[in-house]
Amino acid sequence: MNKRLPIGLGFILLVIPCSLLAAFTHYPAVKALVNSMWNNASSFRPSKFVGFENYEAMLADDRLSQVLLNSTLYAIGTVPLAIGLSIGMALLVNSKLPGTWLMRLSFFMPTMLPLVAVANIWLFFYAPGIGLASQILSSFGLPSINFLGRTDTSLVSMMVVAIWKEAGLFMIFYLAALQGIPANLKDAARLEGAGSVRVFIDVVMPLLRPTTIFVAVNALINAFRLVDHIIVMTRGGPNNSSALLLYYIYEVTFAHRDFAYGATLTVLMVVILGLLAALQFWVLNRKAHYQ
Amino acid sequence: MNWKNTTALSALAGGLLGVHATAVSAAELEFYFPVGVNAPAVETIQTLTDEWAAQNPQHSVKAVYAGNYEETTTKALTAANAGDPPAVAVLLAIDLFTLIEEGVIIPISDLADSPEEQAWLDGFYDGFMNDTKFDGKIYSVPFQRSTPVFYYNKDAFREAGLDPENPPETWDEMIEMGKQLTKRDDNGNVTQWGTRIPTLGLGGAWLFGGLVVSKGDVLSTETGMEARIDTPATIASLEFLQELAAEEVMAPGGISWGDTPKAFLEGQTASMWTSTGNLAFVNENAEFDWGVGFLPGGDGPGAPVGGGNFYIFEETTDEEREAALDFIKFMTSADSAARWSMATGYVAPRPDTWETDMMKAYAEELPQALVALDQLPYAEREFATFQRAKVTQYLVEAIESVVTGSQDPAAAVAEAQEKADEVLGDYR
Repeated sequence: MNKRLPIGLGFILLVIPCSLLAAFTHYPAVKALVNSMWNNASSFRPSKFVGFENYEAMLADDRLSQVLLNSTLYAIGTVPLAIGLSIGMALLVNSKLPGTWLMRLSFFMPTMLPLVAVANIWLFFYAPGIGLASQILSSFGLPSINFLGRTDTSLVSMMVVAIWKEAGLFMIFYLAALQGIPANLKDAARLEGAGSVRVFIDVVMPLLRPTTIFVAVNALINAFRLVDHIIVMTRGGPNNSSALLLYYIYEVTFAHRDFAYGATLTVLMVVILGLLAALQFWVLNRKAHYQ
Repeated sequence: MNWKNTTALSALAGGLLGVHATAVSAAELEFYFPVGVNAPAVETIQTLTDEWAAQNPQHSVKAVYAGNYEETTTKALTAANAGDPPAVAVLLAIDLFTLIEEGVIIPISDLADSPEEQAWLDGFYDGFMNDTKFDGKIYSVPFQRSTPVFYYNKDAFREAGLDPENPPETWDEMIEMGKQLTKRDDNGNVTQWGTRIPTLGLGGAWLFGGLVVSKGDVLSTETGMEARIDTPATIASLEFLQELAAEEVMAPGGISWGDTPKAFLEGQTASMWTSTGNLAFVNENAEFDWGVGFLPGGDGPGAPVGGGNFYIFEETTDEEREAALDFIKFMTSADSAARWSMATGYVAPRPDTWETDMMKAYAEELPQALVALDQLPYAEREFATFQRAKVTQYLVEAIESVVTGSQDPAAAVAEAQEKADEVLGDYR
């Protein structure tokens, strides 16, 4: 058991993960940085080094500022709501109510579907006049709303899809955490006369904090990482009101075929995600040392 | 690089075994195609491809369904940039400038150089050939071509007291009739709109081109370097869209392309403006009496042409190019084009197709199919420039910002024009 691995074998074992990391993470990141310093070449224009010209264009890009605003709103909107909803669902399925297995299944179902399928389902929900949302509205005598065709509702509609999709997964983490909370702590609080709300706020919530931070990190990453539903449902429209950063990168790179500017935006995204990760680990180190 | 290896290997094997190469040279074709309509298109393409392969046993062909138009173009360009393009692909006619700029396609008029082949190229409708040319050469061959037409629900027209055989022909008539076609329930909510013109995304930009043509202008010219976004015609067209919403003929806000046929079939709208490529889908699913007319026009009829053409790629061997050309001839032959047109609703691009018995019987059974053909003389090229995706995005933003009420028409088109000129300035 305690016999040390020969150094050669250790080296060989390290080579595989390290080369994968280098080939698929570090090399593309460095390559993006290099590409962002060159112009977008075609058979008409030779490729040439342009230095920070692409970054200057980025600063002057109105569409990018709209996209960054959208991404920020999207993250602020989806992360807390997904966390709140998943805690609520976890409490519900953790209770002693009958039929919790059915609830667990139905809450978890959206998580198992691929996002593209989810987006297609919601496309029908949102379809004005014919969709489920319109029919619910009309049964209350309300006019149908063109959710995806209005600049003031399209982004919110995307957030709802993301929350619906993600909350089920986060519920599983909270459920595991809830079941890990020793009953004696809650019993002790009740003996002291605390009501169930008080028990939840002062006993359960602090013990859920590591889970909350983990879930928040994941939700935030997903807010930047998942854009399949945007591609399927709105293509960033109308008038860029639902375009997120990653979708914009996709469009610039593969639809406009502006690889240089796509690389520039990718560098921006890597920087933003790096800063967020640093911030979160800082919070994680300060706040999560509970148990 | 697959083909190179395969050819090299078989040549080597042939040499080693002392096999003498036969006169007929074989080619392995890869063929990318998209599907852009609600129709059983994949099966039809596969069947036609298999038939060609059966007639040409020395060649083989692999038909690859590559998604929608945009995805197919992306895949073909990515493969071409990696040095392994498909030999032949159906891509948007308006991708011409992009493909030329990337240097990945060859002029088909150089390849089809015999008198018969030149005659064959002359045999397509002019309306579909306009956007195949650049610098005096023909780069693509029309295949799945369409124009948008006006679909209307004749039952809804009768119910509103309108003549079901006289659909609106002008914008004024559209608004007048549309007002009578819009129906409300007891709460005052609309249950049936007068019409539906998709205004979002690329589909919206395509139809918008038709509005502009009917006002006697075009959005772009054959040079690929000119975008005419800020013109009296575009402003008038945007104002027409605003008026449709203001007069409650059409739902306010942006209208999606994808939901439109469904909304029409469900009776949510009494009429719609969409591609002839949806003819087969509507014919199969409509539970009411329906008709097709020209797009109502501003100063007369007008429509954009759209759809996909065959392209032959640059990095191919001579054998592959010849085989690809033969394949294209087969796919656009009267018989194949007739079957393709009937399966989908695309407008067969050659007059000889319409003279086949098959097509005559079809036109008799579904006279709606002839409308797009009759409209063709009034149709103009679809918006296309160099850097098309980027420049079209400016047009899309202008249309979307107007229909969602964020900007007024004049300001929206001025902004889009300025951005487009900045991009296209590099090419002039």
